[in-house]
Amino acid sequence: MPIQQANWSPYDNNGGTCVAIAGADYCVIAADTRMSTGYNILTRDYSKIIQLADKSVMASSGFQADVRALQKVLEARHLVYQHQHNKQMSCPAMAQLLSNTLYYKRFFPYYSFNVLGGLDSEGKGCVFTYDAVGSYERVGYSSQGSGSTLIMPFLDNQLKSPSPLLLPAKDAVTPLSESEAVDLVKTCFASATERDIYTGDKLEILVLNAEGIRREYMELRKD
Amino acid sequence: MSKAAIEVPPKGGFSFDLCRRNEMLVKKGLNAPSFLKTGTTIVGLVFQDGVILGADTRATEGPIVADKNCEKIHYIAPNIYCCGAGTAADTEAVTDMVSSQLTLHRHHTGRESRVVTALTLLKSHLFSYQGYVSAALVLGGVDFTGPHLHTIYPHGSTDTLPFATMGSGSLAAMAVFESKYREGLTRDEGVQLVAEAISSGIFNDLGSGSNVDICVLTKGHKEYLRNHLQPNPRTYISEKGYSFSKKTEVLLTKITPLRDSVHIIEGGDEMEE
Repeated sequence: MPIQQANWSPYDNNGGTCVAIAGADYCVIAADTRMSTGYNILTRDYSKIIQLADKSVMASSGFQADVRALQKVLEARHLVYQHQHNKQMSCPAMAQLLSNTLYYKRFFPYYSFNVLGGLDSEGKGCVFTYDAVGSYERVGYSSQGSGSTLIMPFLDNQLKSPSPLLLPAKDAVTPLSESEAVDLVKTCFASATERDIYTGDKLEILVLNAEGIRREYMELRKD
Repeated sequence: MSKAAIEVPPKGGFSFDLCRRNEMLVKKGLNAPSFLKTGTTIVGLVFQDGVILGADTRATEGPIVADKNCEKIHYIAPNIYCCGAGTAADTEAVTDMVSSQLTLHRHHTGRESRVVTALTLLKSHLFSYQGYVSAALVLGGVDFTGPHLHTIYPHGSTDTLPFATMGSGSLAAMAVFESKYREGLTRDEGVQLVAEAISSGIFNDLGSGSNVDICVLTKGHKEYLRNHLQPNPRTYISEKGYSFSKKTEVLLTKITPLRDSVHIIEGGDEMEE
């Protein structure tokens, strides 16, 4: 009998794109709300963003079943942290937790491409970007998902983050104002929607600043 | 450079000589070039006075939209048009080829072309290429014998139908047709139904999108409604706009002097034969 290849995959890609931009005293996290499989749309109204802590928001694209499982693990761990330390987790702490959680499943990964955004203990915006197995880096801005290849070069051009290898460490956050950053994010998604079939329907934008958290929605192309 | 070009088989058709080499290259990790597929919704229906064809306008290369407004309704003859789904190059080439053949045929016979002629030319070409010419077509037209609508599959089989859909969005469009089609539709009802079917494909199928193209064919008259519907405008245009600095960053300047120029001394000995 000839060697048979496995043709069942435990993974599926539900598409979608996420973006996060860090500012001097705010952080913008955005993701589209389309969930798809193959050439079909499963729903036009699925949120890929979750608030894990006071000052930490995570957006994830990829296989949404794995994303949901990951979110539940992080929420549970955060609850335990709150009981043990009597305070909320800071964003850099949550970043490390997410990295460890992802690497824990190194040999059967969460098919989840994450960006974590929030405010650090000084109140400055911070963005952490991840791969599927937990490699992470603090950056000034990032995008993940099916439209990331379209959005990232545009953000590089507009936000020109200095290299993290420079010494002394130059600030990675953008000098743009909050409204300018939101405008940039809307433009990114409107453009990515034109050329990526997996991005579209609606855009969900979360803005974290000293006053709290604000949510905004924008319509995208539905084709 | 003495090796000749790839040997073409004497009776025409594809040469499969390089297939083994290509397989070996892919195994070694080469990314094979992708094809521009139209990932499409195309439809046709027969109404009271003739035939209406419809198509979306998105051309995809995998998950990326290559063309947001391409034309999928191809001209075959003044009274015959053909919608094409599948590999864009194949649909374009095969419809152009049959269109030329029919023009010559019209000159030869002195008569208006018939839809069944186009059908036979297309199906025999596709069959002889055994499905490798990846073109799935909806052929429609009105000739002396009446209105005709056919579907043609990449392997060369055909169907004659009162209403038809092809492409990745064919199920979405067929759902609309099966619910709302009836015989003896008027022109406006037919255009409305075709637009609805294409829109269903545009919104529910990720391989189809952008605008609706329609072509109405009646006895002795054709109406090509390019971008009949444009239900997908860009949702956000930033008022302030974005600028892209033209200047390039200078990383390093290094000046290498040219070699000292050779001085020519006048009055030297001339060369003698």
